[in-house]
Amino acid sequence: MLADKDRIFTNLYGLQSFSLKEAKKRGDWDNTKAIIKKGKAWIIEEMKKSGLRGRGGAGFPTGMKWSFMPDPEKTQKPHYLVVNADESEPGTCKDREILRHDPHKLLEGCLIAGFAMGAHAAYIYIRGEFFNEGSNVVKAIKEAYEAGLLGKNAAGTGWDFDIYLHRGAGAYICGEETALIESLEGNKGQPRNKPPFPAMAGLYSCPTTVNNVETIATAPTILRRGGEWFASIGRDEKNTGTKLFCISGHVNAPCNVEEAMGIPLKELIEKHAGGVRGGWDNVKAIIPGGSSTPLLPKDVCDKVVMDFDSLRAEGSGLGTAGVIVMDQSTDVVYAIARLSYFYMHESCGQCTPCREGTGWMWRMMMRMVEGNATIEEIDMLLDISKQIEGHTICAHGDASAWPIQGLMRHFRPEVEERIHAYRKLAHREKPMVAVSATAAE
Amino acid sequence: MPKLTIDGHEIEVEAGTSIIQAAEQLGIEIPRFCYHDKLSVPANCRMCLVEVSPGPPKPQASCALACGEGMVVQTQSEMVKKARKGVMEFLLINHPLDCPICDQGGECDLQDQSVAYGFDRSRYTETKRAVKNKNIGPLIKTIMTRCIQCTRCVRFGEEVAGMNELGLLNRGENVEIGTFIETAVSTELSGNMIDICPVGALTSAPYTFTARPWELKKTETIDVMDAVGSNIRVDSRGNEVMRVLPRLNEDVNEEWISDKTRFAYDGLKYQRLDRPYIRKDGKLTAVSWDEALAFTAAKLKGVDGKEIAAVAGDLVDVESVVALKDLMKGLGSSHMDCRPDGTKFEIQSRADYLFNTGIADIEQADAILLIGTDPRHEAPLINARIRKTWLQSKVKVGLIGTPVELTYPYEHIGTSPEDLESLTRARSGFAKILKDAKNPVVIVGTGALRHTDGYDVHALAKQYAMKIGAGFNVLHVAAGRVGALDVGFVPQKGGYDIFKMVNAGKKDKLKAVYLLGVDELDTRAAFGTETFMIYQGHHGDNGARHADVIFPGAAYTEKNALYVNTEGRVQQAKRAVFPVGDAKEDWTILRALSEKMGKTLPYNTHQELRNRIFKEFPHLAQLNTKPIEALVASEHTASVGNKAFQRVVTNFYQTDPISRASVTMTKCVEAFIAADQPMLDAAE
Repeated sequence: MLADKDRIFTNLYGLQSFSLKEAKKRGDWDNTKAIIKKGKAWIIEEMKKSGLRGRGGAGFPTGMKWSFMPDPEKTQKPHYLVVNADESEPGTCKDREILRHDPHKLLEGCLIAGFAMGAHAAYIYIRGEFFNEGSNVVKAIKEAYEAGLLGKNAAGTGWDFDIYLHRGAGAYICGEETALIESLEGNKGQPRNKPPFPAMAGLYSCPTTVNNVETIATAPTILRRGGEWFASIGRDEKNTGTKLFCISGHVNAPCNVEEAMGIPLKELIEKHAGGVRGGWDNVKAIIPGGSSTPLLPKDVCDKVVMDFDSLRAEGSGLGTAGVIVMDQSTDVVYAIARLSYFYMHESCGQCTPCREGTGWMWRMMMRMVEGNATIEEIDMLLDISKQIEGHTICAHGDASAWPIQGLMRHFRPEVEERIHAYRKLAHREKPMVAVSATAAE
Repeated sequence: MPKLTIDGHEIEVEAGTSIIQAAEQLGIEIPRFCYHDKLSVPANCRMCLVEVSPGPPKPQASCALACGEGMVVQTQSEMVKKARKGVMEFLLINHPLDCPICDQGGECDLQDQSVAYGFDRSRYTETKRAVKNKNIGPLIKTIMTRCIQCTRCVRFGEEVAGMNELGLLNRGENVEIGTFIETAVSTELSGNMIDICPVGALTSAPYTFTARPWELKKTETIDVMDAVGSNIRVDSRGNEVMRVLPRLNEDVNEEWISDKTRFAYDGLKYQRLDRPYIRKDGKLTAVSWDEALAFTAAKLKGVDGKEIAAVAGDLVDVESVVALKDLMKGLGSSHMDCRPDGTKFEIQSRADYLFNTGIADIEQADAILLIGTDPRHEAPLINARIRKTWLQSKVKVGLIGTPVELTYPYEHIGTSPEDLESLTRARSGFAKILKDAKNPVVIVGTGALRHTDGYDVHALAKQYAMKIGAGFNVLHVAAGRVGALDVGFVPQKGGYDIFKMVNAGKKDKLKAVYLLGVDELDTRAAFGTETFMIYQGHHGDNGARHADVIFPGAAYTEKNALYVNTEGRVQQAKRAVFPVGDAKEDWTILRALSEKMGKTLPYNTHQELRNRIFKEFPHLAQLNTKPIEALVASEHTASVGNKAFQRVVTNFYQTDPISRASVTMTKCVEAFIAADQPMLDAAE
């Protein structure tokens, strides 16, 4: 279990004020100048040493991502840092807590990250529904400007830095980095084709790095305490540090908690979320990393540990670490069908497989909830999900396919049972209905 | 210059070439829907997926991926075939099975590619999606359920046409192409969306249900609706023109044509002159060819050549102008002019009236000065080139003349010849931009040359262009003008130009006028009531109305003829259908008349006439090439006035007898022009 001294987000629960004064007491903005004075190379090296992987879901090493930014002297173009605060993954609510209770961690992170990649401006793209969170960030930005921590010669570092908050209009797809950039530019939020990657041509065709809120907010503490400290926490050298877990669903005390990477799933739920409703044995399935990661059945949940590579080995993923617990009372087929509906609804409609396929999958899923399907159609559904996965511009297509693939991998017998039951019922009831109809006449 | 291997074939391509283009160079077909080589690349249809190594273990969109050194591309692997099959299936699940009643049938990308790359049965049992049709004007019929959301039309509108009325609305499976508020798509190039639409979602409204592509005879020919000389394909069935489509010619029209070019063809069916007429007792009476020719010969007999004049109109071909010129010479007349619109300029060399820079080379320009012209309505394709140049390099454009709505930003410098004169003397502002530009271009429009100071404006613009080293260009609006100028259909020694002819006509000094397709002039008012007027043309329009004799000629789709576009590019029109009724090819009419008058022209076949033309005007034998002509300095000096230049084309959709007779064009006027300015145009 993570020791209190190793916690990064010390005001995760909003027990203290988010104001600059209080934030400084918690150690934010503490001699930021000294970190910046150590130079870009040192910052990036330290980030690489820490082993921090992107907290937005894909888990790409942050230090490496920052190092992809070209030399501003060579590009002769402005560089941008974009913070992805469009947290919309069902089951995930970690960035929200940072934005409303610890915005100064994010702002300080922006300055340091911006400096490291040669950016003089950062855009925080926040989802429109986070109205109060956005207001808190705006207040924090104002405080930081007033205290000279942002603007010209930010925090006395000699680096000019501005932060802008941009409110989105509430579209899941705008959390995809290139769709976010499009939306930020004022266009329709549709992902761009890659390459070119944003580090080459991102916002306004300039070199851009898009990072998750948690990633950026973690950076100042890592640099203050050293990459080695961060790397010392966690399971192995590829899955390091602390991570915010969001536990929801059929647990006694749903919560957000900062824990060490690699904590066993069972321990995470039992220690922090008050255990599963009706006891651990009542678990039916758990989605470990937000709605797009395939669910895990109980026998896997018993022993799996929560980090990128362990979950990948189980055919799922850490994603955003939004843990959704489902107990035995759950209609797991309907639960996944509901997620299919979400992905259909949130598809941007730009590219063919996702536009056409997500609706098709949802309709088939809804029939399977009833059992109104054939056994062959399960394979067909999987085939369709494979036709979407990996064939689209962005990962939305993959995200829509994975939950269904996960369901069929682990709960296929349950789906088949429903189909058989429906057919039996249909065979028996149809003639009866016909007879009673004639009798009534 | 990366080198890569596609399906085992090695190829070296220029940096930045996409895989789909490289494959095309090798002759390997990669199916596609959204990709179009003249538009931006959204990579959204996912049909062009290929397997690329090194790279991620999933197929890549070949249209959006640039070739890299050492890449190995597979376009026929199992992974690729499966991916295509999957995409094809997705495209078809919500596509209606109405191919038998779809106008795109037979030339539909979706149909062809589903045969080639799809699956032969459907697994889809859910309900299909239906999308409401949109009303986007009289030219384009929409059946939006057929749409596969490739967004080619949206990109065409944004990029080529410069209008943002179309867009992709909503998201997910509810996306649809539409105008955000219901409105007609008002661009002069809208018809091209029909061509680029890979399915039958956007089809030609006038062509609806009239023919199937495999029934049509395809004739590659040249358009005459403006002076660009767009390369077109005329599709005909029997003796009827069914539709007009563009042909690819990168130097002229790329692969676009204007809406007038595309849709005015129904004008070829109405108001046609199908029999010769002579005026008897003040009434036009249909007669036989023999009678008409004899009547004319008798009327002209004994008339002094000095009292006969000839005028060539806007749509004339080179052959008929030469025949008319020969006939006039035979009659001893030197009064001839091919500029009934009253444009005037000094001709020292061919370069004085050509678009010397060339249409394609506009793309190299870094500053463009427009004088008395509205390229958007006078030559939509030249305007599209300027827009393309602006998109690529933000070319700076200045305009002297009536402010008009163009599809790129421009600086309005002034409205009159005086403003041009002060620009030539200025050192700052747009004059500096032109001076500092590497490839400045000056474009003089018909509006400038028609001005009372036209002669001086031409000289001034030419001197200025030579001073700053700019390309000097005259943008004509009449398709036949350059050809007629090339064969010297201008006043011969001591001859009258159009102004002198009109003067002479009013004083009854002109006994007879031969009008070859002159329709943009009120001829009776111009030449007086006593002048004997012979009209030869194909439509009962302004020219025929006042004539004493009418010879029915052939329209541009009905004859093999030469046309010279505004660049001086000689192009061949081919006969797609035969002239209607008793109408004949124009040069044969002149030949027949010459025989009746005993001045027989020395050619019996079209080939003999061509040979004569090529002999006397060897540059006309250089087909399909843009000539390079040198400008000769002009010593002419004159002061100019401050009367503003006038717009030449106020009604884009009706500029000649064919488009005036077209029902489709009338509908366009109602939809696009009358709606904007109801009182003004109704009065016109």
